[in-house]
Amino acid sequence: MTSRLAAITLNTFREAIRDRVLYNLILFVLLLVASAPLFGAISIDIERLVLVNLSLTSISLFGVIIAIFIGTGLVSKEIEKKTLYTILSRPVRRWEFILGKYFGLLLTLVVNTGLMTLGFYAALLITTHKLTPADARLLVAVYFIILQFLIVTAITLLFSSFSTPIFSAVFSFALFVIGTFAEDLRSFAAMTPGPAGWLATVAGYAVPNFASLNVISQVAHDQPVSGSLIAFNTLYALLYSAAVTAGAVLIFERRNLK
Amino acid sequence: MHAIEIQGFSKNYAVGFWKKQLQPALRSLNLTVEAGETFGFLGPNGAGKTTTLKLLLGITFPTAGSAKILGKDFRDPEVKSRIGFLPEQPYFYDYLSAPELLDYYAQLSGVPAAGRAQRIQELLQRVGLGDVRNKHLRKFSKGMLQRVGIAQAIVHDPEVIFLDEPMSGLDPLGRHEVRELIQGLKDAGRTIFFSTHILSDAEALCDRVAVIHKGELRGVGVVNDLRSSSADKVEVIWQGAKALPALAGHVPESHVTGDTVRATISAEDLDLVLEKLRQERARLTSVTPLRGTLEEYFLAKTSGTGEERA
Repeated sequence: MTSRLAAITLNTFREAIRDRVLYNLILFVLLLVASAPLFGAISIDIERLVLVNLSLTSISLFGVIIAIFIGTGLVSKEIEKKTLYTILSRPVRRWEFILGKYFGLLLTLVVNTGLMTLGFYAALLITTHKLTPADARLLVAVYFIILQFLIVTAITLLFSSFSTPIFSAVFSFALFVIGTFAEDLRSFAAMTPGPAGWLATVAGYAVPNFASLNVISQVAHDQPVSGSLIAFNTLYALLYSAAVTAGAVLIFERRNLK
Repeated sequence: MHAIEIQGFSKNYAVGFWKKQLQPALRSLNLTVEAGETFGFLGPNGAGKTTTLKLLLGITFPTAGSAKILGKDFRDPEVKSRIGFLPEQPYFYDYLSAPELLDYYAQLSGVPAAGRAQRIQELLQRVGLGDVRNKHLRKFSKGMLQRVGIAQAIVHDPEVIFLDEPMSGLDPLGRHEVRELIQGLKDAGRTIFFSTHILSDAEALCDRVAVIHKGELRGVGVVNDLRSSSADKVEVIWQGAKALPALAGHVPESHVTGDTVRATISAEDLDLVLEKLRQERARLTSVTPLRGTLEEYFLAKTSGTGEERA
């Protein structure tokens, strides 16, 4: 089981890193990070703030774009090109295929984020001329970005297990945007009485809470992130992505492939 | 023990906007294939051949029926490590090289790491791709892809091999090469179940064939028997054209070259024709039973299929 899962994971990773589009996106983010000091130069003493905000937001947003761009084709492309036939005719369980795809895409995103984070720290060093202990705190934001990817990847995989790539991309991105405003949705629910309020409450807790996973502004202003928030977000991301991936497996287990 | 045993496989597809209409793709198929047999599954396009394969391989689920492969339930994962499959017009991960692709499939089939690389290299040599090295599959020709397809189907040395239209889309040379590869597997004692609509391939390779049409099994039999039972004619050649009028009514087809007559007659009339020829003092040159072709058998079983083959 482990070797099959590892084989699918590594093949998914290999497919992603041999895709030229991925490099274009990474290059774009690195250029953006490199140009951040130019934006900072507009105002005195806020270079670091602009650099951190712009770089980490770019890493997060482009990571999500990569997750959706690659994730939506993960299952559908295998069905469309019938490569899945040669997989399922082997002793590979359908859940192993879905999990392998999930971990493969996640591995791609973690490696990309690692590379982009290195680029970000290089830009930071060039801008501020030295790295301080406060800069290490920025890694918490990067860690939260990876937690976001855990959820986005699961959501993308869920949609791609039953829908076309275009619809999967639209649904996934829409859910990402709604999830970014999850806390606003919950505040709205608290203020709204009656059925509309109940509906907003359900929606507020059902959609992934990406707002809680975004501490970029906080770390950019040198504000500490509590250990309890780190623990809670870790647990939340793990449980949420596990539940969504389980949904993708359940759908795919029953799917008749044409 | 049968290598493959299908009992009442049926498959309906839901069609229409609301998916409420059921379209039968396969109707209660019963079929057995013996171990070591090369079995041809014949039928026009859309007859249900690929559906049967997809059901057997767990790609899609049957509406009714069950099957056993190597004596075990066809859904048993253990069974799947003992079977190989080549899909019709295969497409493989084109960002991989042939050795990478085979290594991936070998891992999925549980081939141990020790000796895997050597087995892959030997296999590539065997299918005539020993020199491709790190060339990505996107640069492969159709014939090369088909050979990679066969290599991936047998990378784990399976006992039963399913081939879906293995010669489809290949040029005569490619067809010959693939036919040789299948013959090699047959000689090695593997059970081969292959679907095709190219009858000459089935005729050359198969021990038995089944004809399927509109999702129904129309006939099963040993290729040699089917050929002899599908036509019952004899070719008679003799010297003495003047004997021909005496045989009127018994020689539906004849060609006269000089004094030599070549006639095709019904086997039932053979004794009578030979007697007449003796009476007419014609000199008999040869009597050859004409065996029917698999094509004649196939057409007989799928008659009235014009729209299917469009």
